Amino acid sequence: MAPPPVLPDPRQVADLAAEAAMVGKALESVTADLRQRATAAARDTSGGDNAAPAGGGDAAEILDALAMIADDPMLREDAEAAVRGGLDAPHALDTAFTHHRETLAALGGYLAERAADLDDLKHRAIAACLGLPMPGIPAPGHPYVLVAEDLSPADTAGLGTDVVALVTEKGGPTSHTAILARGRGLPAVVACAGITALADGTVISVDGKTGQVGVGLTDEAVAELRRNDQEERDRLAKSSGPGRTADGHPVKLLLNIGSAADLRPGAEGVGLFRTEFLFLDRKQAPSFEEQVAAYAEVFARAELVVVRTLDAGTDKPLPFLGLPLEPNPALGIRGLRVDRVLPDVLDTQLDAIAEAARATGADAWVMAPMVTTPAEAAGFARRARARGLTRVGAMVEVPAAALLADRLLEEVDFLSIGTNDLSQYTFAADRQHPGLADLLDPWQPALLKLIAACADAGRAAGKPVGVCGEAAGDPQLAPVLVGLGVTSLSMAAVCVPSVRDELSQHTLEDCRKLAARAR
Amino acid sequence: MAQRTVTVASASGLHARPAKLFVQEAVRLGVPVRIRVGEKSVPANSMLGVLSLGATKGTEVTLESDAPGADAALDALVTLLAQDLDAEGALDG
Repeated sequence: MAPPPVLPDPRQVADLAAEAAMVGKALESVTADLRQRATAAARDTSGGDNAAPAGGGDAAEILDALAMIADDPMLREDAEAAVRGGLDAPHALDTAFTHHRETLAALGGYLAERAADLDDLKHRAIAACLGLPMPGIPAPGHPYVLVAEDLSPADTAGLGTDVVALVTEKGGPTSHTAILARGRGLPAVVACAGITALADGTVISVDGKTGQVGVGLTDEAVAELRRNDQEERDRLAKSSGPGRTADGHPVKLLLNIGSAADLRPGAEGVGLFRTEFLFLDRKQAPSFEEQVAAYAEVFARAELVVVRTLDAGTDKPLPFLGLPLEPNPALGIRGLRVDRVLPDVLDTQLDAIAEAARATGADAWVMAPMVTTPAEAAGFARRARARGLTRVGAMVEVPAAALLADRLLEEVDFLSIGTNDLSQYTFAADRQHPGLADLLDPWQPALLKLIAACADAGRAAGKPVGVCGEAAGDPQLAPVLVGLGVTSLSMAAVCVPSVRDELSQHTLEDCRKLAARAR
Repeated sequence: MAQRTVTVASASGLHARPAKLFVQEAVRLGVPVRIRVGEKSVPANSMLGVLSLGATKGTEVTLESDAPGADAALDALVTLLAQDLDAEGALDG
């Protein structure tokens, strides 16, 4: 993975026409590169190749959309106008991309998120202009091993399903790369000296269990590795049915989704329906009717759905809420706290969830994000039950809530632990901070102790306590969480088979021993 | 000048997939068309321009062109905007 290019010092432009042609050529080469990758990605999906990643169609669509932006006539016109204004080609591209980026960012929501795409395209166009390698996560259009110096959360946010393994020159067992790989079930080797010296396109093998990276492989060795990998995948693909330990102790395996489009067969329901994802691009609040339709679409297709009410705040803005900026957004008005300033939003949402549940006859559970005190849990439960919703819960993301889990469970019917935020707040470490990844490791004993406190309270009250968030999709951690007393695990669909497989290899007693050791 | 006014029907507005399909069609037709919301007018073949309109479901947009073939091109684009492009199978592509 090449770093973003550094803009050189501006230079005097002598030949305006030649400079404008450079701008055009850079944009054309970025467009052609993206188009070619989009075609390759589309071919991989339709070609029936077993190694093709799921979601290749999405990758092709995304690459295609990026190509259209690189090929945009307004963008090109602006960059050429900047050349006529006296800028050299790299600076003209920088100016034009920055201008459009700001326009999109000002619109907020979904479009503001696309602003990051423009940064990526800008880096590509400037690199093309300077004759440098294309920066950013590559997208060769086929499955590949991602090799990098190190990976930051920003690098990996958009990591596609075409990445089959990660190898980094730096990092340690608790670096972001290692945590990310565990969460996605990807083999990873970190602190692999000399790996970035390998030429692009070299065939290598990566064994995440032994930490070995193989180079100089013969065709026979590659064929054998592929065969073994396929056998392992086939074995996992055959795994089905509800989550169970080796001795039959049930653990519900559920999905984290943002909309009905994320639903996949193979899980026992939805453990985290992130409703804010439906409305990221809105400048006006979604109507009651629109919400009913969106929820009903999910309810009609899953047996059990745990709906989380809107989890927004100034750290995750929903433009229609119009919340003022805060100096410390993670510690401010977010999640259920939005209700302090805009109570109508939650009322409408609860009405819509109740209506969608009635219309579909679904087993709809509802929970609030960022619950901090038993009084907040009680207030939320009262309002949900007043609408006929019978399964009401609280998310545990704040240490204060975990410490009083028993009292929370006097007010609500279940708890769901959001490990990412619970880590952030327990360790006073920003979840996005690249230098604090070791503190955010879900194996941290202090985090496991808080999870255990919630699970103990659940057992005493006879009420379910689940985990959602990245930790729940980590196959190595799953038996530990079950050993602590967690009753359900909610994760990305891609993680379900390996978590199911891992659980089936441990008895409950075994899980308890692993949990005792981890604490 | 040929002109049509239409209400955006796609659930997600003129963003993401609907915007892409619209711009692709405008490029394919090859007739210079401008799309306008209120005072803001942009070329229909510009993805960045179309996104910057911030049109959501229910926004009224006006298509304008005085090029040869304008009427047929505007009709094609209006048809596109008037359907829910987010719906499954709305288009072959």
